[in-house]
Amino acid sequence: MTFNPESFICSKVKSMKPSGIRKFFDIVNTMEDAISLGVGEPDFVTPWHIRDAGIYSLEKGHTYYTSNAGLKELREEICNYYKKFDINCTSDEVLVTVGGSEAIDLAIRTVIEPGDEVIIHEPSFVCYKPCISLAGGVPVVIETKKEDAFRVTAKDIEKNITPKTKMLILSFPNNPTGAIMRKEDLEPIADLAIKHNLIVLSDEIYAELTYDAKHFSIASLDGMKERTIVVNGFSKAFAMTGWRLGFAMANKEILKAMTKIHQYAIMSSPTTSQYSAIEALRNGADSIRMMVSEYNKRRKIITNGFNEMGLTCFDPKGAFYIFPSIKSTNMTSTEFCENLLRDQKVALVPGNAFGDSGEGFVRVSYAYSLEQINEAMRRIKLFMDKI
Amino acid sequence: MKEKILEILDTNCDYTLEEIALMVDATCDEVAKAIDEMKNSKIILRNKSIINWDKTEKEFVSALIEVKVSPQRGEGFDKIAERIYKFPEVKSLYLIAGAFDLTLIIEGKTMHEVASFVASRLAPLEFVISTSTHFVLKKYKYEGIIFDDDEKDTREVISL
Repeated sequence: MTFNPESFICSKVKSMKPSGIRKFFDIVNTMEDAISLGVGEPDFVTPWHIRDAGIYSLEKGHTYYTSNAGLKELREEICNYYKKFDINCTSDEVLVTVGGSEAIDLAIRTVIEPGDEVIIHEPSFVCYKPCISLAGGVPVVIETKKEDAFRVTAKDIEKNITPKTKMLILSFPNNPTGAIMRKEDLEPIADLAIKHNLIVLSDEIYAELTYDAKHFSIASLDGMKERTIVVNGFSKAFAMTGWRLGFAMANKEILKAMTKIHQYAIMSSPTTSQYSAIEALRNGADSIRMMVSEYNKRRKIITNGFNEMGLTCFDPKGAFYIFPSIKSTNMTSTEFCENLLRDQKVALVPGNAFGDSGEGFVRVSYAYSLEQINEAMRRIKLFMDKI
Repeated sequence: MKEKILEILDTNCDYTLEEIALMVDATCDEVAKAIDEMKNSKIILRNKSIINWDKTEKEFVSALIEVKVSPQRGEGFDKIAERIYKFPEVKSLYLIAGAFDLTLIIEGKTMHEVASFVASRLAPLEFVISTSTHFVLKKYKYEGIIFDDDEKDTREVISL
């Protein structure tokens, strides 16, 4: 019998939409001399003391599995670390995962039954919808708007709550918009979550990268810790993307259930990364300060540069992205990015890669040296002058 | 604001006034005024490039010299230091605590030239008790800059 690989692929995966901007990515990848402001990871190499801790752990022969939940020492350090965000937890409320992405997937698979509705906001990172769909859930999308500083509002959430709503996903500081949520924005949302008995998945991977105000976690509000699964990791704060290490903090019962999936799918997170992460949490505060200070300088320059070009963007308060509007050019996001790439060899990410409501915007990363940013802005200005 | 400006200039003095102004939330005039004031009060002495001379044709040697001196009554180490740092061959001079009193960085075209400076200019000074010369074989890092930094940006061109 002829082997038809496609017939073996399950319907849930088949129905997952490929990214609409795949074609654009393919073009970018063929242009070796393009300047990219399209990367979603820090330009800093992991600070040396953290790398050194990984090397030392290898020298010491720490090459075995750890416990499923992760090294107890690391989980205790994570608890200590999260006190800065006014959350007190114990090591049995922490699960060390393969990046924040695994934690998101585990949280959704643990909680969502087929037919359950999950409220998400867009533009946002791209993994929530597919993870919800794979779990049989139904993503319900709320659009955040520039006029609201891309914050999600309790009013918009309430309008979308139905008896089937089980989870609300909050992703702040936000990729791609750079928006943050303040305490006063989160309080009415917490009230809704309690009133409607929702569980909140709070993706806080950019928590360290805020500029004018400290990150505020919804889990720190009264009555919210028990119903919030906090996801965070080491990729953005400590420039450790390739180490693939994140964590989830949740109610013990939920965490135990998440650990069941983790134990069968992953076994344990990379051991070397875990030892490095201990060093990062113990002695990495100065490295974070240095990186945040550098991002902040670039943020101010790039925001000003795009606004001066007529590509207006609201003042981003977190992460390392700006999200300027390109509506004045009368091009779609994809057209703008493709034309800019062909004309000036500058790669940006079309806003619609982050959901339909990202149409009319582009994501610009400032995880680049100022020299690269300035050269890219010079070329974008040439492009804008032509159109 | 001045401290912020200094921190910025300490990492890179190529930033334009406009860029610095944006970084410190000030106007260009305010930044220019602050820089002028710091130049006048000799907080900012000079802007200087860091050059990896090993990558050029220029031939020269440098040496670190530890010097033990006997401080002069009423003048302490400062007068002695002045006598030494006025030699153009002396690129840096530090008063240190420990087995020696002064550490100098000397540059010359050849080892012979450096040795000759130590023997004929430095060692004979009446307050110099002893010198110990260490020639620099290779410079790896200077002022926080790694000279042969091979860490390249290997990130994917686009990632979400």
